[in-house]
Amino acid sequence: MAATPTSVDSAVRREGKPADPIVIFENVSIEFEGKTVLDGISFQLARGASKAIFGVAGAGKSTILKLALGLLKPDAGTIYVLGEQVTAMKEDDLFELRRKIGIVFQESALFDSLTVRDNVAFRLMEEGKISEEEIDKRVREVLSFVELDHTMDKLPSELSGGMRRRVAIARAIITQPEILLYDSPTGGLDPVTSTTIIELIVKQRDVYKTSSLLVSHRLQDAFIMATHYFDRKSNRMQPLPPGSRAEVPMSFVVLREGKVIFDGDAHELARTKDEYIREYIS
Amino acid sequence: MAAGDFLSGVELISPLEFAKAKIEAVQEYSLLAARSVANLFKKPVYWGDIVQQADLIGVGSLPIVVLTGFSIGGSLALNSANTLQRFGSLSLIGQLVAVGMVTELGPIITGLMVSGRNASGMASELGSMIVTEQIDAMRALGTDPTKKLVTPRVASTVFMLFFLTIISDACGLAGGAAVSTLMFGVDWHQYWNSTWQTLVFRDVFTGLIKPVLFGFIISTIGCYYGISARGGTQGVGRATTQAVVASSIVIIVIDFFVTRLIMTVFGYH
Repeated sequence: MAATPTSVDSAVRREGKPADPIVIFENVSIEFEGKTVLDGISFQLARGASKAIFGVAGAGKSTILKLALGLLKPDAGTIYVLGEQVTAMKEDDLFELRRKIGIVFQESALFDSLTVRDNVAFRLMEEGKISEEEIDKRVREVLSFVELDHTMDKLPSELSGGMRRRVAIARAIITQPEILLYDSPTGGLDPVTSTTIIELIVKQRDVYKTSSLLVSHRLQDAFIMATHYFDRKSNRMQPLPPGSRAEVPMSFVVLREGKVIFDGDAHELARTKDEYIREYIS
Repeated sequence: MAAGDFLSGVELISPLEFAKAKIEAVQEYSLLAARSVANLFKKPVYWGDIVQQADLIGVGSLPIVVLTGFSIGGSLALNSANTLQRFGSLSLIGQLVAVGMVTELGPIITGLMVSGRNASGMASELGSMIVTEQIDAMRALGTDPTKKLVTPRVASTVFMLFFLTIISDACGLAGGAAVSTLMFGVDWHQYWNSTWQTLVFRDVFTGLIKPVLFGFIISTIGCYYGISARGGTQGVGRATTQAVVASSIVIIVIDFFVTRLIMTVFGYH
């Protein structure tokens, strides 16, 4: 199905009630080579909301995103995404569902033999129902959203790490998916580039109202997301006025030894008495 | 150094676990091979990718196939001529080269050459895509990697190996002709006449059914090892080597059984 062309100034109207859970994990467990990575975790992501998942390296953060996409199958538990039971779906049916979900991989995972234009347009070209002119227009629009419209004909190897990450975001959002999954989008980047990436994520959240799951071990990224909004007039991310934080639909999950030890908003996270979490956020 | 120290870094697995892993690998390979064929009958079929791969595999392999075919045909004539001269039957050299090239050496040599060049290429390309999460990205973007990457490689290898083998056979016969006429003074027309007269349907059928099987073996094994690659660049290197070794061995073993089967079918002893 061809998505309607969009611009930065036209927010997408999403179907469903804002509070409807769009992603549900119920007692999900998975192990790799005898080592338990996730041990009966449960959480929900509401429609239009963002959730940041934290944990130390190897805590299973990226695994959660792959499970949500059906790239991995859990050993136990149930996962619902957009009302579909991912854990019971065949691979062929999952391809349909995945077209409604965008993902930004940790190392961008751009196709190294394709140009930036072809990487970003990959989904549209696969759909095969859109003219080349329309594809070019949509690619320019989305590359302009990530401020990389001058890189159309470059190969991924000719871009910096931060630029590759922005191209990956452009590729993920070109069809305006209902959910976006970010796997350590700022990992390995300098602070300035990290802020640029977070600004794009906030822009996507506030302009297009896209639900998102963000995996990171950089707490400051999620706090910026929880304390800022995207101002369309200035085309910049701005701090929220004092007392208006509850207006940002942002929550946090903290993983420890395969279990969810915290699931709440920024205010609750800041007030937690859990020693491990306090040490983690300090 | 004590034996215990020597073995301390070696991970030992039980024979049962080893057998299970091998059976699982065969099962995964069989599923991949079956899906690569089934995908040809399910939309979308990536015709553009098939043509691109056919160019890479077929046209790219042409120089080595021409060169090896000509050399093998010449060598076959050279070795046969010595024996035939002892019995005063040098005129049979065309028959010997024709049957040897068309039924056996042409398909085998072309298969091994294409295996060395393309099974390794497929394994390293797909292996690199696996370790850099490009295959996961493709699945996440709603595209089936077996349809987009495996099926075009299998279809184009089978198709192109068939024609490469015909070219190799022709070059082999030409090599044999060059050696026979220039070095042993066999009459040019006699050589080609005996070659033409000798080849029967069974020989041509044997020689043309083999590249179809070999093409399937080369491409599915190359893709399987690529898609199964684990462990970064070292894993990709290992997958590449294994793909070439496995496909070469399977080609040689399968060749024996196919030859025997066709002999049985045609009632030839």
